[in-house]
Amino acid sequence: MSKELYDAILAGNMKGAIAATEKALADKVDPLELVQRFMVPAMDEVGRRFECEEYFVPEMLISARAMKSSLMLVRPLLTASGAQPAGRVIIGTVKGDLHDIGKNIVASMLEGGGFEVVDLGADVAPDKFVTAVKEKSPHLVCLSALLTVTMPSMKTTIDALQQAGIRQQVKVLIGGAPITQHFADQIGADGYGENAASAVTLARKLMHAERPAQ
Amino acid sequence: MTLDKWVARKPVLTDGAWGTELQRRGLGLGECPDGWNLKKPEAVESVAKAYVDAGSQVILTNTFRSNRITLAGHGLADRIREINLEGVRISRRAAAGQAGVFASLGPTGKMLMMGETSEAEISDAFREQAQFLAEAGADALIFETMSDLAEARLGVMAALSTQLPVLVSFVFDTGKQKDRTMMGHSPEQVAQKMAEAGAAAVGANCGLGIAECIPICERLRVSSSLPVWIKPNAGLPEVVDGVPTYRISPEEYASHVPAMVKAGATFFGGCCGTQPSFIAACARRLASMI
Repeated sequence: MSKELYDAILAGNMKGAIAATEKALADKVDPLELVQRFMVPAMDEVGRRFECEEYFVPEMLISARAMKSSLMLVRPLLTASGAQPAGRVIIGTVKGDLHDIGKNIVASMLEGGGFEVVDLGADVAPDKFVTAVKEKSPHLVCLSALLTVTMPSMKTTIDALQQAGIRQQVKVLIGGAPITQHFADQIGADGYGENAASAVTLARKLMHAERPAQ
Repeated sequence: MTLDKWVARKPVLTDGAWGTELQRRGLGLGECPDGWNLKKPEAVESVAKAYVDAGSQVILTNTFRSNRITLAGHGLADRIREINLEGVRISRRAAAGQAGVFASLGPTGKMLMMGETSEAEISDAFREQAQFLAEAGADALIFETMSDLAEARLGVMAALSTQLPVLVSFVFDTGKQKDRTMMGHSPEQVAQKMAEAGAAAVGANCGLGIAECIPICERLRVSSSLPVWIKPNAGLPEVVDGVPTYRISPEEYASHVPAMVKAGATFFGGCCGTQPSFIAACARRLASMI
C-alpha cells in the first residue's frame, strides 16, 4: 500500500512522496507505521546505497528532502499521538569555521532518519552550544569542522560542556574532512562519522548506548 | 591568451598553502584571510615572496574567498573590488618578474541543487570577481577546491569573459576509492565536462595526500587534451599537543614528484599543510631530474 512512499523517497521524488503520504493518511494508515515501516527504511536504503556508491551526495539530499516533506505532513499527527522522535540533536559548525555544506547534509540525513534536529548554523561559539544544550536537552551534539585550524574548536566546545557540568548529559559526535577517529578519541568525543550516512548509523547506536544517570 | 607558454616549460612548479602561512603571521581563528589584502598587505606579500624564493614559477593570489557571495558571509562584500585588485598586485610585487601570477577563485559555499543560490547569482558573482582579477593584471584565473561540476561550469564560463586562460581544480576525496568529488563525479567526468566548458587546464587539489593523487593525475590526463594541475595536501593532520600537525616531511613530499611528473602533471605544487620548505624540496627534486 504505502510502498509508493518508500519508492518515492528512495527516488528523491518529493511530489510523489507528498501524494503517497496524503493518500495513506486519507486511508487512515497509522502515522507511526508510515514512519517506521516506510520512511525510515527508505532512508536506510539511501544510506546503504551511499555506502556502496550507488548514491552520492545529490541523490542523498533529494531523498532526504522527499522524506522531510512527507514528515512535515505526518509530524503534527505524531505529536498529537505522543510519539517521540528517534532522538533530539543539536548540530553546528564550530567556532571560526563558516563551512556549512557538510553540516547541512548531516542535518538532513538525521532528520530523514527520524531525529529532531536543532541547527545552530556555522561559526558557533562554545557557549552557544552550552546554552542550547541547557535549553533543548538534546541527546546528541554534532560538531562539524572543515578546516584543520578550526579542529581545536571542537575540543574547546567539549571542554565548555564539561565546565558547564553538562557533558555527561549528551553524546558528542564529530565529523568533517580533516577529522579522524584518532582525533575524536584524543579530544574525548563519543563518536566520529566518516560521512553523512554513517553519522545516522552512529547517532542511532549512541541513542541505544546506556545514558549515565543525570 | 593561452597557457602555451607555461605548458612548454612543463613541469611548472606552483606554490603551497597560504592560509596556514597567514596564521603563522597572526591571522585569527575565523578571520577572513582575503581581508588581509587590505589590512596586512605586507604579511600577505611575505607569504607570496616566500614561495617565489622557494622556487615557485607560478604563484596564486589571496583571493580564494573574494567572490561577492562568500565575502558577504565575512561582512566584506563592500570591499570586493579593492580586495581582488590588491590580491593580484601583492602577488605581482612578490613575483618581481620571476613567477607568473594566477589569480585564485573558490566555490561560493552555497549548493545550487538545494536552491541555496541560483545559476544567475553564481555566474554574476564569478564574472564580477574574474573581471576585477583581470583588471589588476592576472596572467590566468584558477578555480580551486571545487566540488560541484555545475558550479564549476558556470564559473569557468563566466570567467572566460575576461579572455584569460581559466584553469579549474577539484577535490577528489569521496567514495571507497576516494576518487570522486563530493557530488560523485569521477576524474574522467570532470576532465571531459571542464574541457567542454572551455577550461584551459583541469586539476585536483586538497583532499588527499600526494601519493594518492598520482592515479588521479593520470586519470585526468588521459581523459582530455587539457594540461593537468595538481596540488595535494600534506596528508591528513594528526593532533600533537592539541595542535593539528601534518607529519609528512618536505623531503618525503618531494620524493613523489618524479612519479607525479610521469603521471602527466603540467603544474605541480601543494595545498593544506604544505609550506615554502615543501616547494623548495620539490624544486631541488625537479632540478635533479633534468
